[in-house]
Amino acid sequence: MAELIGVNKKATIWDKIKRFSLNNMVTIMFVIICYIGFYYSELSFAFFVNDLITRIARNAFLVLALIIPVLAGMGLNFAIVLGAMAGQVAIIMVTHWGIVGWQGFLICVVISAPIAIIFGYLTGKLLNKTKGQEMITSLILGFFANGLYQLVFLIMVGSIIPMENETLLLSTGVGLRVSIDLTGGLKYAIDDLIRWTLPRTLMMIGCVSILIGGFNIYKYTKGVPNYLKSKVKLRMINYSIAGLAFVIYSFVITNGSSLLNNIRVPIVTMVIIGLLCLFNIFISKTKIGQDFRTVGQDRHVATVSGIKSDKIRVTAIVISTLLAAWGQLFFLQNLGTLSTYGSHEQVGMFAIAALLIGGASVTKANIGHALLGTVLFHTLFIVSPIAGKNLFGDAQLGEYFRAFVAYGVIGLSLGMHAWKKQLQGKKL
Amino acid sequence: MKSQESVLKMSNISKEYYGTRVLNNINLEIRAGEIHALLGENGAGKSTLMNILFGMSVIHSTGGFDGEIELDGEKVDINSPLQAMDLGIGMVHQEFMLIPGYTITENIKLNRELIKKDFINNLMPTSLKQIDLDEMNKEARKALDTLDIGIEEWIKVAGLPVGYMQFIEIAREIDKQNIKVLVFDEPTAVLTESEADNLLKAMKKIARSGIAIIFITHRLDEVMEVADNITILRDGQFITRKSKDDTNVFEMAELMVGRQIESLAKHEAKDIENQPVAVSLRKFNVAMPGEEVRDLNLDIYKGEIFGIGGLAGQGKIGIANGIMGLYPSRGNVLIDGQPLALNNPKESIKRNLAFVSEDRRGVGLLLDTSIEMNIAITAMQNKNKFLRDYKLFSQKSHRQIRTHALDMIKQLDIRCTGPEQIVRRLSGGNQQKVCIARALTLDPMILLVSEPTRGIDIGAKKLVLDTLIKLNKELGITIIITSSELAELRSICHRIAIVSEGKIEGILMPDASDTDYGLMMSGEYNKLKSKEVI
Repeated sequence: MAELIGVNKKATIWDKIKRFSLNNMVTIMFVIICYIGFYYSELSFAFFVNDLITRIARNAFLVLALIIPVLAGMGLNFAIVLGAMAGQVAIIMVTHWGIVGWQGFLICVVISAPIAIIFGYLTGKLLNKTKGQEMITSLILGFFANGLYQLVFLIMVGSIIPMENETLLLSTGVGLRVSIDLTGGLKYAIDDLIRWTLPRTLMMIGCVSILIGGFNIYKYTKGVPNYLKSKVKLRMINYSIAGLAFVIYSFVITNGSSLLNNIRVPIVTMVIIGLLCLFNIFISKTKIGQDFRTVGQDRHVATVSGIKSDKIRVTAIVISTLLAAWGQLFFLQNLGTLSTYGSHEQVGMFAIAALLIGGASVTKANIGHALLGTVLFHTLFIVSPIAGKNLFGDAQLGEYFRAFVAYGVIGLSLGMHAWKKQLQGKKL
Repeated sequence: MKSQESVLKMSNISKEYYGTRVLNNINLEIRAGEIHALLGENGAGKSTLMNILFGMSVIHSTGGFDGEIELDGEKVDINSPLQAMDLGIGMVHQEFMLIPGYTITENIKLNRELIKKDFINNLMPTSLKQIDLDEMNKEARKALDTLDIGIEEWIKVAGLPVGYMQFIEIAREIDKQNIKVLVFDEPTAVLTESEADNLLKAMKKIARSGIAIIFITHRLDEVMEVADNITILRDGQFITRKSKDDTNVFEMAELMVGRQIESLAKHEAKDIENQPVAVSLRKFNVAMPGEEVRDLNLDIYKGEIFGIGGLAGQGKIGIANGIMGLYPSRGNVLIDGQPLALNNPKESIKRNLAFVSEDRRGVGLLLDTSIEMNIAITAMQNKNKFLRDYKLFSQKSHRQIRTHALDMIKQLDIRCTGPEQIVRRLSGGNQQKVCIARALTLDPMILLVSEPTRGIDIGAKKLVLDTLIKLNKELGITIIITSSELAELRSICHRIAIVSEGKIEGILMPDASDTDYGLMMSGEYNKLKSKEVI
């Protein structure tokens, strides 16, 4: 009867492993794929790490921008494409004015903010009219906005909107060029402010981690309420050990002749990504963060208890769109070229794919998912063309696999999410 | 703590919805510390009155209301639920307003989260202030202690028994500092008897602390137990206000329904045992969470109305669900002597079994679909009824469905605007009748009915039970009825089995003594009897 009813059964280790792999099956699958890809690509570890760090600095901000709408129960916000557009508008303006370096970047930040907030507000209003279909609405909204964007920059610039700039405009004088080179302008505006070597960065991360671990130990000895005990315990152990590992590893690298010593990490960008993580944690502990979660869990209950759920939803989307605009700025200053009509198109897809690979779902996402997802997604991006070439003698195949991965993972993880839900439903 | 001044006074309240008068000059007056029962059938206007009290938008978007509300002697305008909350009016909802993914504390403090009181926080705008979970836990603990609930405040609500959820809702209301009036909207409808007892005790305790309670319920015995005064509504009219001591259950029931309730039609005792066995269960196990059936043996004879009773969680609900293949089951089931393939709902329906589920809104109905489709759908799927067959494909026959639905609506007296009305808009009693109509459309030989009268008012209850008796008498359908209301089983069944710990504790005649029933329910019957024999 026990296996039929399944109650009061002690969870064995096997059960725990089974539950863990069921809960994280998407992530586990991609870890395996990434490992296989890395193995067959025969890349040197240093080259791989270098590439990966660049890509994390480029993309993590955008992925993190997706978290708040998920908290607020609005699913994956494909409409961050609009935020990306706001960022690009600012970049085009600043490039036109010829302001360079971090000053230019700062002006981009300032200009893009109001545009993104307006876009976000309108998106939020629309999504409030289409409750329950937020994802498809935001996806289609992204396509529609793309049409408007093209109308403005391909047809109106130079004709209705006066603009004279030979390097930016097409030879006819109407419409922007397909790609705009940011070299000498915004390229590496933030990344190049300070760059540390990898061992030094690891050392710093290690120290911070040990400090956090130490703080948790201090908290634990001072006494914490029962419900937090296991959490704090886990934190103090994990952070301390990870911190120590980082410090030790950094010594190992420095004293060896590894190529890893040559990697230079864009520290300001990384710190800003770190701050954004902190912002996400901060906001989830505030009143509005609690409101996001309440609305996300049950809109009806939230409304009955006096929360203005529509307003909360709009706020969530505004924050997400604003972060996406700034994320796109980081993305482009790192990339160095603005593909005027293309840079924003894939932003939503790729960021969402990354988040999903990290183990997030339509209803659950956190910083860990975002960061882990970014790492895995870009690992796949780096290794797959080379692995494809080595395995099948054709880089195109790997290239194909790249595109396949981005779209495939969204479909797959949404499917797996549904399947998981079904399995859990059966168990109950 | 009872004072003579009234906390809440609603006078001459009238309300029209699109020209129909749903409330007409209603008066309601409640003192501090009083438990005031508000009685009335479904549709009598109780919910509308409460909606007015809470300033629900449905009232204001349909033209407001006439009359005055006074709180502590001052006239107030209540325009939104938020304002009602600020004024100290609280509500314990019938459908739980809880968030399963949240801890008990978070639910109790929903949208009233406490803010940390440090320097940086004071500078922040309200929405960016940090939440103080420790302090929240402490206050939640206090509220739970007031209700004598020993449960830890930081565990998640998901998966808790229904009874606890009700108490968490109450804890939320009493945690509000300024609470003056607390409305309980049919709080015991989903509770077991022991849970309901605890709840009533808690209500008395809350009232003693000076909070006025409006108690909406269908269960008259509970009213007699806790209420001080009673206001009765019928068809939007104020009928009477009485003190509990001046009235009794029968009078209340009569005033509510407005017609004399005859005791339910007693049918002559049948010579059941000589009939062939219709359903035979041997070593029957059902894995229905919370209602497990374990190695149960039972015979039900052809043509009888067989009752299954027992306390909640003992497994009585599991039996019918298991036979119908809705939950994993094991064992031998014979229908008319032939074995039934288990775990296969389609097979069960093919064998002329029909089921009216206890989960009316979940399993029983397609809520956003019309009455006629609800009635026809199972028969279409399983018996190829109402279909026009074109060999390659088939279409549903609208005309047949319509005729049948109209016929059923008339036969069962389903109150609706027409067969096209969606069932979500129907009252509980009429929804139940739609469920029964669908079961009947299958032309069953055996009808399994679970909790047929849960959450429906006295008038509808009688109609539903009368229908069951009629079906049994006129069509000879064997009826297996599962219910937590013993009185109801005893009024219509030929034999009643009491389930305890997943097994049949015993089978009683409806006229057996209350003591026997009580002993069987608590699972003590066989122990005591076997001692007597020794």
